[in-house]
Amino acid sequence: MAQLMDNDLLLKVRGLKIEGRADETWNQIVNGVDLDLKKGEVLGLIGESGAGKSTVGLASMGFTRDGCRISGGSVEFDGIDLVNASANVKRQLLGKRIAYVAQSAAASFNPAHKLIDQHTEGPTQHGVMSKSESENDGIELYRKLRLPDPDSIGFRYPHQVSGGQLQRAMTAMAMACRPDLIIFDEPTTALDVTTQIEVLASIREIVEEYNTAAIYITHDLAVVAQMADKIKVLLKGDEVEEADTRTMLSAPKEDYTKSLWAVRSFERPQKPPVAVDATPVVRVHNVTAAYGTVPVLHDVSFDIHEGRTVAVVGESGSGKSTTARCITGLLPPKQGHIEFDGQPLPLDYRKRTKDQLRQAQMIYQMADTALNPRSKIGDIIGRPVEFYLGLKGAAKRKRVEELLDQIELEPSQYIDRLPSELSGGQKQRIGIARALAAEPKFIICDEVTSALDQLVAEGILRLLAKLQDDLKLSYMFITHDLATVKAIADEVVVMKDGKVVEQGLKNDMFQPPHHPYTDLLLSSVPEMDPDWLDNLLAERGVDNIGDAAVDKMG
Amino acid sequence: MSTWMMILAVVVAAAPVAWAMRAGLQSATGNAPKWRDMPLSVAYGYVIGAVILAWLAYTYYLSVTAERTPVDTYFFFRTAVHGFVLFAAAAWVFRLLGQYVGTAGTRKLFRNMPVTAAFGILVILIYAIVSIFAGLIAPYGQEEVLGSANVVPGGNPAMGGNPEFPLGTDQIGRDILSRLIYGAQNTVGIAFATTCLAFFIGGSLGFLAATLQGWLDQVISRTVDVLMAIPALIFALLLMTIATVWANEFGINRTYFMVVIIAVIDSTRVFRLARAVGLNIVVMDYIEAAKLRGEGLGYLIFKEILPNATAPLLAEFGLRFCFVFLTIASLSFLGVGIQPPLADWGTMVRDLSQFINFAAFAPQVASAPLLAAGAIALLTVAVNFVVDWMLHKSSGLKE
Repeated sequence: MAQLMDNDLLLKVRGLKIEGRADETWNQIVNGVDLDLKKGEVLGLIGESGAGKSTVGLASMGFTRDGCRISGGSVEFDGIDLVNASANVKRQLLGKRIAYVAQSAAASFNPAHKLIDQHTEGPTQHGVMSKSESENDGIELYRKLRLPDPDSIGFRYPHQVSGGQLQRAMTAMAMACRPDLIIFDEPTTALDVTTQIEVLASIREIVEEYNTAAIYITHDLAVVAQMADKIKVLLKGDEVEEADTRTMLSAPKEDYTKSLWAVRSFERPQKPPVAVDATPVVRVHNVTAAYGTVPVLHDVSFDIHEGRTVAVVGESGSGKSTTARCITGLLPPKQGHIEFDGQPLPLDYRKRTKDQLRQAQMIYQMADTALNPRSKIGDIIGRPVEFYLGLKGAAKRKRVEELLDQIELEPSQYIDRLPSELSGGQKQRIGIARALAAEPKFIICDEVTSALDQLVAEGILRLLAKLQDDLKLSYMFITHDLATVKAIADEVVVMKDGKVVEQGLKNDMFQPPHHPYTDLLLSSVPEMDPDWLDNLLAERGVDNIGDAAVDKMG
Repeated sequence: MSTWMMILAVVVAAAPVAWAMRAGLQSATGNAPKWRDMPLSVAYGYVIGAVILAWLAYTYYLSVTAERTPVDTYFFFRTAVHGFVLFAAAAWVFRLLGQYVGTAGTRKLFRNMPVTAAFGILVILIYAIVSIFAGLIAPYGQEEVLGSANVVPGGNPAMGGNPEFPLGTDQIGRDILSRLIYGAQNTVGIAFATTCLAFFIGGSLGFLAATLQGWLDQVISRTVDVLMAIPALIFALLLMTIATVWANEFGINRTYFMVVIIAVIDSTRVFRLARAVGLNIVVMDYIEAAKLRGEGLGYLIFKEILPNATAPLLAEFGLRFCFVFLTIASLSFLGVGIQPPLADWGTMVRDLSQFINFAAFAPQVASAPLLAAGAIALLTVAVNFVVDWMLHKSSGLKE
């Protein structure tokens, strides 16, 4: 934790109200938030999406997004009133004394310029350093953030470095002028667990070293527990409660906070192992596949039995989704085959019969792109009903209403809506209903909860579990989140570089001994204990976590 | 030379004036954010804008007070100002009307509409009505020769006009107003049909290429590249020359050939857009879901891709319509387009073009060919305003 050297108040926000413009009217989206931040202190802002976390974070820089305005309250940074400050005064502060690290570094870097050139822009514009001084300083910061090859990595373009490295380069850029305050807006949400841990460790170290105050915005409680000195919980633009990290974790006062804390406790009991001679619903048999000439999968085999959930875990690029593409027939394997109920399936989906296609359905990660934005909910769910079961008119509508009931959405209210009129969790439920509409035996769930808030994700997992019990469905559950695996899986398949490194029952997988890669994955999942990262670093050392450790495995 | 010196003086003098204006407004409004955060360049722009407006007002004052005989020097300027004010007022009233009449949806649309878009919609509506009911509106027939040739527009007998022909008559004595109205029917109608055909060809091939990809995409795309490599107007002229021979041989009207030729040439541009938009859509998960469901090509294109491609395609439709329209007018101007005696704006400009030489000493005489040209310009501007607004709306909605 950061040392509180100085008790000066750096940032003082009082009664901050923000309005957003939608549909020709101004709606209040933040209803009076107070916030105090001392020098060198890290404040965690948590809440679900739409809680106003990012809006509050940006407003504490005196900035609002297009279509938003500060309608009341005050923001004082080191005695300067940011709400009423002139553009000139703000220009002097932003980048120099207040910096911002965005969620997606890949989208925030300018792809046309080298990293170091973007790094040096702030210091030279603000007259803090000359260009060459700033370059040397940047290299020093890259070294501190443990970027590989710090002397030359800055001279690459953003697309030439990985996501985790880019996020650290962005942190270095925010540090370039040695600001007093940094706003981190979900800096690790888009990263793999093993990459995340490295970024977390380096952000924490550098913030401590320069005694920088920070506001850390996230929806991941375990992450915020590692990073923050105190935590503030927001809900729909209101402050729920604020306390220092340990108090907040051990003794939350409000019900909402308790419910956030309880999310991670959902866990289904392990089902007994299936009979040895049982025919699996889906058998992936020695599948080797490639995109063009680039090999992606090497001899992948696993079985999925009736009524069971097989979780496929691994980092991005490990071949999880490619395996799913082989099963669905979008990517015909080079070798091996897929069996369904003991019968080999044609490799290409175009050669499969309508019934074979019906039996295997898919639920996608991004509900936004998985639902046609111009189709009504009733049509999206109704199409497979009509297409596979031949139902029309009133019979079709009745079936659609049943399906909407099954996914716990009120039919009369939702059947005529467009996807854009639903929340993220509701869209994902529509995706589930569309898969169910085909009355399949087997559903592939591709990262279905990773784009959702934890409370919403838990609801989706509970729904999937209930449906499995009612309909005897088999799931292939692709995820990189081991908490999700713990919650829903019966069996686990761990993949790395297109190979299955370990597979077995869930309870066995979460008990040692592990394959070293499984061990690394397991150890990288942040826990709700504020000392977890310290302990892990003490136990393993900085070079044995994250990508560095993966590279060592070779 | 003194004019240039004056412009230079204004450009230089505007800078300190802008600075003073900003400083004055800052202190007068107690540092309101709008003036406080205004860069000097923006203030400078305001000052220059004010100077130009003042100059326009002064010239208009001159144009109203100056002697109109023997030469009405300010005729075009005065007409332009009157036209601008009239159209702006009409557009404003039209938008106001739209805000209070119609369904809740259209009322909301009009509330968020810029005046330019209202102007565009108004002009397009007027053109549509005129071209549909041309036969009822036009005082004379388009081929009717009415005796006195070369009557000056304006309807003022003292200036060589005739109140019976408010916009004058052409070189063989046909009423220009009637021909303009019938011209709307011919030119706009043919342009609309051509654009529709171009979209049908280009759109369906584009979506097909985007969905199927592979060799089909390669074949169509490369063919389109070849067609696009030839300058469009020259290519159209060349093909029209060939078509003229066929038209005589098979006894088919040349206009049909023109429609097909322009449609094919313009469909290459539509193909490019449809393919690009289609490629962005086919990578979506909902297309994958539909493919895995076993849906056929027709369902994919018409139910999944087309509804999501309407915004960019409609915008392109407006723009493409302008280009087709201008191509037809150019071809007619060059003598291979719509054939006389049918009225057509391009032909009308060509027929009356020699009158433009009278601009310096008899501006009203010179306005005869400009009427048809103005009709073309007005529609093109109107369509572009509407397209701009639609593009802005569709890009805004994506966020």
